Amino acid sequence: MGSNMAENHPVAFQWVVQAKLRGATVLHVDPRFTRTSALAHRHVPIRAGSDIVFLGALVNHVLSGEHYFRDYVAAYTNAAALVSEDFRDTEDLGGLFSGWDERSGRYDPASWQLTGERDETLQHPRCVLQVLRRHFARYTPDLVERECGVPREAFAAVAGAVTGNSGPDRTTAFVYSVGWTQHTAGVQNIRTAAILQALLGNMGRPGGGIMALRGHASIQGSTDVPTLFDLLPGYLPMPRAGQDDLDAYVRAGQQPAGFWGLFRCYAVSLLRAWFGDAATAGNDWCFSYLPRLTGDHGTYQTVGAQLDGACKGYFLVGENPAVGSANARMQRLGLARLDWLVVRDLQLIESATFWRDAPEIETGELRTAEIGTEVFFLPAAAHTEKDGTFTNTQRLLQWHHQAVQPPGDARSELWFYYHLGRRIREKLAGSADPRDRPVLDLTWDYPVEGRLAEPSAEAVLREINGTGPDGRALSSYTELRDDGSTRCGTWIYCGCYAGGVNQTARRRPWREQSWVAPEWGWAWPSNRRILYNRASADPQGRPWSRRKAYVWWDEQRGEWTGHDNPDVERAKPPSYRPAPGAAGPDALSGTDAFIMQRDGKAALFVASGLADGPLPAHYEPAESPCRNDLYGQQADPALRRYQRPENPYHPPESAVFPYVFTTYRLTEHHTAGGMSRTLPYLAELQPEFFCEVSPELAAERGLQHMGWATIVTARTAIEARVMVTERITPLTVQGRTVHQVGLPYHWGSRGVTTGDPANDLLPMALDPNVLIQESKAATCDIRPGRRPRGPALLDLVATYRRRAGIGEEASTDG
Amino acid sequence: MHRVASLPTWIGRWPAWRQLTGRDDLGRGTAARSRRTDETVARTRTADTVARSVCPYCAVGCGQLVFVRDGRVTQIEGDPDSPVSRGRLCPKGAASKQLVTSPSRQTRVLYRRPHSAEWEPLDLDRAMDMIADRVIETRRATWQEADAGGHRLRRTLGIASLGGATLDNEENYLMKKLYTALGAIQIENQARI
Repeated sequence: MGSNMAENHPVAFQWVVQAKLRGATVLHVDPRFTRTSALAHRHVPIRAGSDIVFLGALVNHVLSGEHYFRDYVAAYTNAAALVSEDFRDTEDLGGLFSGWDERSGRYDPASWQLTGERDETLQHPRCVLQVLRRHFARYTPDLVERECGVPREAFAAVAGAVTGNSGPDRTTAFVYSVGWTQHTAGVQNIRTAAILQALLGNMGRPGGGIMALRGHASIQGSTDVPTLFDLLPGYLPMPRAGQDDLDAYVRAGQQPAGFWGLFRCYAVSLLRAWFGDAATAGNDWCFSYLPRLTGDHGTYQTVGAQLDGACKGYFLVGENPAVGSANARMQRLGLARLDWLVVRDLQLIESATFWRDAPEIETGELRTAEIGTEVFFLPAAAHTEKDGTFTNTQRLLQWHHQAVQPPGDARSELWFYYHLGRRIREKLAGSADPRDRPVLDLTWDYPVEGRLAEPSAEAVLREINGTGPDGRALSSYTELRDDGSTRCGTWIYCGCYAGGVNQTARRRPWREQSWVAPEWGWAWPSNRRILYNRASADPQGRPWSRRKAYVWWDEQRGEWTGHDNPDVERAKPPSYRPAPGAAGPDALSGTDAFIMQRDGKAALFVASGLADGPLPAHYEPAESPCRNDLYGQQADPALRRYQRPENPYHPPESAVFPYVFTTYRLTEHHTAGGMSRTLPYLAELQPEFFCEVSPELAAERGLQHMGWATIVTARTAIEARVMVTERITPLTVQGRTVHQVGLPYHWGSRGVTTGDPANDLLPMALDPNVLIQESKAATCDIRPGRRPRGPALLDLVATYRRRAGIGEEASTDG
Repeated sequence: MHRVASLPTWIGRWPAWRQLTGRDDLGRGTAARSRRTDETVARTRTADTVARSVCPYCAVGCGQLVFVRDGRVTQIEGDPDSPVSRGRLCPKGAASKQLVTSPSRQTRVLYRRPHSAEWEPLDLDRAMDMIADRVIETRRATWQEADAGGHRLRRTLGIASLGGATLDNEENYLMKKLYTALGAIQIENQARI
């Protein structure tokens, strides 16, 4: 659900097919019938953006039918915890939870807190299980039919399959991708599945869990070792203004129990890795060197800052926002306002050449001679031309070996950033300015090799892994200390270089290993392949069933053992109970399976940490042809909007933009196209940008199969070839027909195959928790024929805006 | 495979002769097989070296074997030993050789002056120097030492970066390390998108 796995993770999908051959039931819930659907037992068409209705109804089904795995829920979830008396649910407040402040646009989570009391009988009206029941009571099969367009029979089939395949002997797995995340309710989509899977006892069990299928070679790595504004390596938060010393930062971040109780060890070890001997106990380990956040500094916010002239310089490093980011037109307008731009890539992507071939040049909104952006294009090394690790979607680090030298001036990013840093440090050497101290005090002396002076990736990996006081590589994050004796660049990766051996380069063939294959590469943390696998055993440490045995307590040897690295301290018996005053991992008992949580339990109800509620509620997408039938509150109240002339939104239920559209990927192309549209092999497999429409929508709008269509939003209009297909089916929602238009988003103006960018249609509307854009559901109009060219395109869009009652965009001359 | 025995002359290799005298009556199979075909050997067998790599496209992380001859990549195939992929590659992974040897791959630095309609060549060393200067200057011009309440900020909002999902962990690590020490906080990648 929220995934087209066969399309976008084709080789991984072989395992789904294997499971199917062994008798697993494969279900695909998706707005379109796709390659995944073709291999599933059943495809369930669903309205894009209504996933919480569907999943919430599954939760309701499980609770009201008493299908939940009672022993698991009692032991491993917070079902028994009591919620504050002050808590008010969306049922009470028309779609809001208690604590909403309209003025600040934020929730105060004080009324969501757990009291600390528990009712093990799960009967108390304020215990989490009962709060859940009440919250999801109106999420019925009738509601699913009305809001999702899913017939009752189809929902019943899914519900039966899920509950019939959960419990001690059988497990059900959910797989999702950006069909869940790219929504303004993205995090809550996933949360609903987490509640369901926790109730069914599927978390931490083989063949269970929720698999996040991410989309890029090392996007997982780029989140773990983050080039993200709000994170430091290992999911430590970036410090905020007002956290003036390490103590304040640690207080805000650590948990009293569980492995976040060792927060200070991770933080100090990181600072020591970065600043080396300059970081001492006396200067708070150079904590003051870190810049502070004051709010949203995400990529979409940054584009606004570029348009305003506040952000003057930009690096694009293997990414192409002129095609790949939401409101791609706004991205390009931002590029045109920069002082300088550095693009590093294999090919000349649209983001590098916007100044001569952006669509805005054709419309006249931008003129090359007026674009003052200084652009540097630096050719990048390919993956075959450098050493390093990728982290795949299963947290598996795999080392890739350099095969050849990069051609010409092409260099790796490791080379670029190392030497950029070296040059900056040389230019600032001897500076007395205190703001230059952090970059001058960085540990930045990596060995370089060869004619190109390429830094050693292995040396960097070793720093990421961490070293002890004697300089030897550490083996586990449990060895990290807060007294400055350890250094570690990324605590969750500690162990990837254990024993001074590059564990990520291990390549024991699968034929020579167990089905878990732990000796191929290295997974974080601690080479553990299924997280929270303590939950695969009952509170006494025995597998829930022989069939689903994964890890278990060996009483004779006094340790946990099994097919994987147990996700619990090896020597901690199930009978362990913490002494009063215990902290960190010691504060969790031997029956606590979710060891990163402060109470050791899977959260059915999330008391703090989420911006839009402790429980998921159905909200309509920011742009929708439907009203919210459940609540007075139409959309997620906390969703992030950017009110700018370049980013107009459609009102809900707009008659001018009555169709839902959704964007997605194809197997043969890759994201914003730089790695696929430029290759003849791939371009010939998917040679043209197209839209997918149902025969009924084609008839309604006069669209011809293989003809052209123009798709219009308040942002702009694009054209695409028309594919009329039964793979898209009209849905009956709220008693009327809702049509959906499908748009692969790979195309841009350059390459062997070119076309309009689908992302030009989208506004920037983000999930409030992680600031990911809603690109899976928005509204549009579609009409036959090609789009106008030049200024006539702007006239068309202006006409639509007027009809929809959306304000005029500020002139680009002004 | 048939060979016509003991006819060392061109007659023995003549497809029509082989069609008449051999088992391939229709002349569409072994009779038409050429010497060039016989002498063709898989690039994977004549490679100088084979490197173990990982596909650069999606996040499955299929194993790749990179075959190299004379310093060039001659083929990229799946790694049969991988428990993740068992030697398979999808169309994108299978096109990796074209990705890394594409004739439209850029190998030289290009520079666009403000307001110019053209790219110019630029020396890599000079480009690095210019970029370093711009980072330092923009940072200086947009530095924020503290907020209105006097709380330390120590940052610049004048510089931003986007990219990392296709890069190595080691690369992301140096990027975050350097940017953070410079005070640049608007550092993002595809994971946000």
